[in-house]
Amino acid sequence: MAGPGSNHAPGPGSWRGILVPLLLPTWAMIGIFLLLPVLLMAVYSFLTKEFRGGVEWEFSLAAYDQFFLNRGLFGDEPPTVEWTYITVFARSIAQAAGATALCLLIGFPTAWFIATRPASSRGIWLFLITVPYWVNLLIRTVSLRFLIRENGPLNDALMGVGLISEPLQIINTNLAVQLGLFYSYLPFMVLPIYAAVERYSFAYSEAAADLYANRWVTLREIVLPIVRPGIVAGCILVFIPSLGAFLAPNLLGGAKNFMIGSLIEEQFKKSLGNWPFGAAVSMILMTLVLIVLFVQARAATRQEVR
Amino acid sequence: MTDAVEIRNAVKRYGNVTALHGVSLTIRDNEFFTLLGPSGCGKTTLLRMIAGFEDVTEGEIRLFGQNIANLEPNHRPVNTVFQHYALFPHMSVIDNVAFGLKMQKVAQDARRKRAAEMLEMVHLSAFADRLPAQLSGGQQQRVALARALAPSPKVLLLDEPLSALDLKLRQAMRVELKQLQEDTGITFIFVTHDQEEALTMSDRIAVMSAGHVQQIGTAQEIYEAPVNRFVADFIGETNLLPVEVLSVRDGRAEVTLPGGHRLQVAAAGQGIGKHHLSIRPERMALTEAGDLQAVVDRVVYLGTDRQVIARLEDGTPLHLRLQNSDRVAVPAPGTRVGLAVEAGAARLLAD
Repeated sequence: MAGPGSNHAPGPGSWRGILVPLLLPTWAMIGIFLLLPVLLMAVYSFLTKEFRGGVEWEFSLAAYDQFFLNRGLFGDEPPTVEWTYITVFARSIAQAAGATALCLLIGFPTAWFIATRPASSRGIWLFLITVPYWVNLLIRTVSLRFLIRENGPLNDALMGVGLISEPLQIINTNLAVQLGLFYSYLPFMVLPIYAAVERYSFAYSEAAADLYANRWVTLREIVLPIVRPGIVAGCILVFIPSLGAFLAPNLLGGAKNFMIGSLIEEQFKKSLGNWPFGAAVSMILMTLVLIVLFVQARAATRQEVR
Repeated sequence: MTDAVEIRNAVKRYGNVTALHGVSLTIRDNEFFTLLGPSGCGKTTLLRMIAGFEDVTEGEIRLFGQNIANLEPNHRPVNTVFQHYALFPHMSVIDNVAFGLKMQKVAQDARRKRAAEMLEMVHLSAFADRLPAQLSGGQQQRVALARALAPSPKVLLLDEPLSALDLKLRQAMRVELKQLQEDTGITFIFVTHDQEEALTMSDRIAVMSAGHVQQIGTAQEIYEAPVNRFVADFIGETNLLPVEVLSVRDGRAEVTLPGGHRLQVAAAGQGIGKHHLSIRPERMALTEAGDLQAVVDRVVYLGTDRQVIARLEDGTPLHLRLQNSDRVAVPAPGTRVGLAVEAGAARLLAD
């Protein structure tokens, strides 16, 4: 929002001398732990696989070929589109989208509730939201598995009160995966929306009511557009890690419902894997994520310019 | 004719705190009515109760005869200009102005036309497609005004709309607001803590303090005939002197000022005993043989005026204003002077 000139840059020279040494550790960290692994992955995806894991340093497009093209069982037929992995991607996108929608549905009212509490108690509510995240994700996912399994507490309780007569099949379904992802990433939805709603001035809602808008119209035409950046940020923060998640699909989804994350993980498991293929899948996933982010950034810029 | 707004015994309580203690007042149709008072006096609460943003703990609010105390704000035919405008940041200026009409299901063409007219009225036609953030404070203020007037409300509520503007703009807007009210014929209810604003624009003013209405009247009435100490002190500048009423006869009271001077003043039903006397600084003059004897303490140059601070014999300070003119002699500090109080300028107050 800051206009031109509102941000006074320090004069040249005086700061440069301090700035460079101060930034060096950051650059080193980003270079070694962020750029280098990505670069390594990009390179590996174009190498030849070795049988017991690892790579041979010989250029090859085999990994990408395997992902996109079907050349028959013995690799000698004319290539057609290989649907296996595209299906995994499509399923992952659907699962991540479902989890994001679930997070939004629950996260928005939660964030709204917290942001409209008296300032003194908001901190406690936010703290409560983060409490489950002090426990390791693996343990939480396994607990969820126990909770929703066929003869688990959830089904016992529902049957106990007589709501259902047969145990619900939740475990090993798409719903279970989405529940797992929802549980894993809900705070990433709540926190940015909370930040946006907290900044929202309720004078806008009053002005809308004053101009004859009812509550629903006020929500749709005034509140949602104004807090939209928070909603978009929350959706991205949930969608992207959900897309590459492997704990929830592995533990809750069963064999039929595995996602990109599991596919990649498989490739790096001891001798069974195919490192270049795993790297290629990662590259394709990263490209997909970058496209999503790019589209969002473009939309956000357009909105700001408007 | 039916009154625009009639408030009967309105009480507002927040838990144990009472913000309004049974306020009753009547606002006539086509009137520029101001609620004036210091912060925390309940004026904004009262305005928000008329708009419907605060519910009424007890009492009635009637709009052209209809009790609206239990109506949701979106069902009340009043519009508000908010203190910080509350323009919708994601909508263009013209969409902001047209919003109320859109909610009233006015057809797109008709509402665009009306919104354009409103923008022309506030001289902002050229800015129709801008976002509010791209306008100056004064321009945003006009958009807020156009937006609130577009649906032709029966009553327009203005919550300190000028407080965020600089002095020059504020003075210009006062004239424009009054003009706009006369042109549109809409009843304006204006909330402010700025007594100068209230005096220059209002047909009538309700002076409020501590959840009570202290006095209702025209600018001249509340300035020249304040009913109590609070009003006398809050409106303009005054000298409040503790006095003792010695005798009352034929509506005239004889009082003793601090220092023992005696003065004849009009009495409005006060009995014998201790009271306060209000004398406006500009209603006294320096003379050779005045009613009061004092010693000049300090002279402060104010441009249009000079403020003279003189002390009575017991040291009680008295402020007076002398017009900055060659015809008016300026006394030097330390000079002994006589003070003449204009007839009717000294008012004995209720408490």
